[in-house]
Amino acid sequence: VNGLAILIPIALGLGLTGLAAFFWSIKDGQFDDPDGSALRVLGDEEDRPIK
Amino acid sequence: MTASPALSASALAAPRAIPQSEFSVPGMRCAGCISKLENGLALQSGIVSARVNFTAKRVTVAHMPDMTAPQLQAAFANLGFEAVALGDGLQLGSSSDSRNLLKAVAVAGFAMMNIMLLSVSVWSGATGVTRDLFHWLSAVIALPTVAYAGRPFFKSAWTALSHKRTNMDVPISIGVTLATALSLFETITHGPHAYFDGAVMLLFFLLTGRWLDSVMRDRARDGVTALLKNTAPGALVLGADGTTSWRDAKDLEPGMVMIIAAGERLAADGTVIQGMTSFDLSLLTGESAPQQVCPQSAVHAGTLNLDAPVHVRVTAAGSDTAIADIARLMEQASQSKSRYVRIADRAARFYAPAVHTLALLSFVGWMLAGAGWHTSLLIAVAVLIITCPCALGLAVPAAQIVVAGALMRAGILVKDGSALERLAEVDYALFDKTGTLTLGRPEPINLGRATSDQKALMLTLARASRHPLSEALRKALEGEAADAVSVIDVAELPGIGISAVYNGKQVALGRSEQTDITDTLSTTLTVTGAAPFQILFADQLRPLAKDTVEALAKLGVTSSILSGDRESAVAHIARTLEITAQPSMLPQDKLDAIGRQTKLGHKVLMVGDGLNDGPALAAGYASMAPASASDAGQNAADIVFLGDSLAPVATAIRAARKTQVIVRQNFIMAIGYNAVAVPLAILGLVTPLIAALAMSGSSLIVVANALRLRSAVR
Repeated sequence: VNGLAILIPIALGLGLTGLAAFFWSIKDGQFDDPDGSALRVLGDEEDRPIK
Repeated sequence: MTASPALSASALAAPRAIPQSEFSVPGMRCAGCISKLENGLALQSGIVSARVNFTAKRVTVAHMPDMTAPQLQAAFANLGFEAVALGDGLQLGSSSDSRNLLKAVAVAGFAMMNIMLLSVSVWSGATGVTRDLFHWLSAVIALPTVAYAGRPFFKSAWTALSHKRTNMDVPISIGVTLATALSLFETITHGPHAYFDGAVMLLFFLLTGRWLDSVMRDRARDGVTALLKNTAPGALVLGADGTTSWRDAKDLEPGMVMIIAAGERLAADGTVIQGMTSFDLSLLTGESAPQQVCPQSAVHAGTLNLDAPVHVRVTAAGSDTAIADIARLMEQASQSKSRYVRIADRAARFYAPAVHTLALLSFVGWMLAGAGWHTSLLIAVAVLIITCPCALGLAVPAAQIVVAGALMRAGILVKDGSALERLAEVDYALFDKTGTLTLGRPEPINLGRATSDQKALMLTLARASRHPLSEALRKALEGEAADAVSVIDVAELPGIGISAVYNGKQVALGRSEQTDITDTLSTTLTVTGAAPFQILFADQLRPLAKDTVEALAKLGVTSSILSGDRESAVAHIARTLEITAQPSMLPQDKLDAIGRQTKLGHKVLMVGDGLNDGPALAAGYASMAPASASDAGQNAADIVFLGDSLAPVATAIRAARKTQVIVRQNFIMAIGYNAVAVPLAILGLVTPLIAALAMSGSSLIVVANALRLRSAVR
C-alpha cells in the first residue's frame, strides 16, 4: 500500500501535467496554423517568436 | 541591445489603436512565401507588422489607420502576391467550436487512460480495501470528466427532448449518466463492478467522432473563405471639391459619385453620369453578351466594367441593392435544406427506443426472475453501455472525414458531412450555363490563325493593359509560351486600346473602326502597312463538360440546363452537350424549376456560380459551385470545386455514393456486434472488462473500414 500511495499520485500528476500543457498550447495558439508551423522551421531567419 | 522593429513601431503608435486587416492570399504555397510576406510587408511604409496563417492562407496586417484596402493590396502586389481583403461581413472565427471539442477529447482521453490503469488492477484481482480505493479514485476522476466532456451530448439531448424528438445523443446521455450513477452507488456499497471506465471510454470515442466532424467543416470553410473574392470591397469616390478618396462598400451612400476603372466591379447600384462602356452582367443575370451603357443607364452592384472608366452616381447601396434582394430570396430558399435529418440521427430514431426497451425489459425480466433490484439494475446498465452507439457515432464521421480529405486533395471542398449524404442521393442535375458549364470568361478562339510575329506583338501590348480582354489574351499567349518583343512609346487610351512603336512602325491593339458589330467580343491588332488581325473571343465550354454529362447519365443522374441567358446562346451549348435546356430564367424561375422537379420526386443537384443562382443553390437538395463563382454562390453551395474542369461534379457524386456504401457497412457491423453482445449482456454475463473490450474492438473495426475510403477519389 505504501508503494501505491507514492505511485498513484505520481501517475495522476504526470497525466495532469500533460493535460495542462495541452490546454496551454491550445490557448497559446499553437494549433491555429499547423501547416505554417511545419514550414516555418525551414526558414533561415532568426528564431524569435512574433508576438 | 536593439528593439525588434515590430516592438518599436507598436510603441510609437501606442496612443492610437493599430487597425488590423485580414487578407486572403491563395497564392502562398511554400515556406519561402511566409518569410517573404512577413518580412516584405513589414518593410513597406504604413504597415506595422504582418502575420501569416498558412493553413487558412490568410495574412493579418497591422497597419497605420490611414491605409486603405487598395493601398494594402498594392503592398501585396509589390511582393508578387494577389491579396483579397476579407470584409467584416464574412464569418471568420467559429473554429472555437472544434477547439472546445478538442479540449473535451483531451480531458476524456486523460481520464480514460488513468481510469483504465486502475481498472486493469481491479480486473487482475485487486480485492477488499484496494479495490475500494481504486474505485474511489476512478470516481474522483470520472465524475468531473463526465460533467465536463459530456456537456455537448447532454445539451443536444436536452434540446431534442424538449422539442419532443429523439436523436443519437439521448441514449448516449442516459447510458453515461446511469452508468456513472450506478458505479458511484457500487463504489459506496463496496460492490465488485464499477463502469467508470466504460462511461468515460464511451465519451472519448464519441467525442472523437464529433471532433472529426467539426474539423472537417472548419477546413472546408477556411478553404472556401480563401476563395471568396469579396467582389467589390469599395469604390473610389469623387468629392464635391474634385478630390478622390477610397470608400468601403458599407460607407457608400446614395448621391455619391464613384469612378469605376475598366476591370473593376461595381460596389453599389447607380446611374452612369459620364462615359461610355460595356458591362459584364454574367454574375448577376447569367447573360453572356456584354451590355453597352451610356449616360443615364442604370447599372447594378456586382457587375464588371469592361471597357473604359465611367462615373456612376450611387442610387442604392448596401442592403438596398439588387444583390441584397437576391440574398433575401436565398435565405428563404435555404430553409428546406435545414429540414434534412442526418443519417445517424435517422438511425437513432429506431435505435434509441429499441435500446431503452431492451434495457427496461432486462431489468423487469431479472426482477421477475427474483434477482433483486440491485443485480437487475446492474444488468440493465450493462445492456445500456453495450448497446450505446459507440461504433455508430464514429461510423459516419470517420467515413466522411476520410472521403472529404481525399476530395480536398482532388480540389473539391465539402462543407459538411450532411452534404455528402445528400449528394449521394441526387438523381437530377440542373446546370447553370454561363460560368458553370462554360468558363465564364472570354477566351481568344482564333489565335491559331495568327503568325508568331503577330502573337509576339499581341503579348507585348496585352501586357501593358489591365483590360479584361488584354488579360485573357495575355494568359492564352503565355500559355502557348509566345515570346514578347520590345516596343517603345507605349500608351493606353481608355476605351480605345493600346498603341506603341515597334521597329519604326505604329502598332495598336484595341477597338478598330471597321470592326463589324456582332455579339462576339473582339479586339484588333493593327500594324502600319499590314492587314489588321481581328482576335475573336468567346466563352468556352469547360473542359470535360461533355464527358461529365455522360458520366452523370451512367450514374443515373439526368442533366438539364437552367440559364438566365438568351435562347440563342443557350441552344448552342445544349446541342453540344445533348441535354435539355430552359433559357431566360430569372432567379425566381430557377427556384420554381427546382420546386417542380422536387414535386416529381427527384432529388435535385444544382450546379451554378452566379448571384442569380444563389437562391437555386440554396434550394437544391444538394448544390455545387466552381471556385470562380460569386461569393454568394460559394456561400450557398454545399460543395465548391477548384480548377476549370467540370469533372469534379461526377467525381464528387461517385465518392459520396462510395461513402454511403461504407457507412452502411459500418452500420451493419455495428448491428452485428450488438446481435452478439446484447444477448450476453441480457444474460448478465458482461463484466466491465468485456464491455471495455467490445467497445474499443468495434470502434477500431469501424475506423479501419472507413480508412478504405482513402482511395475513393480516382
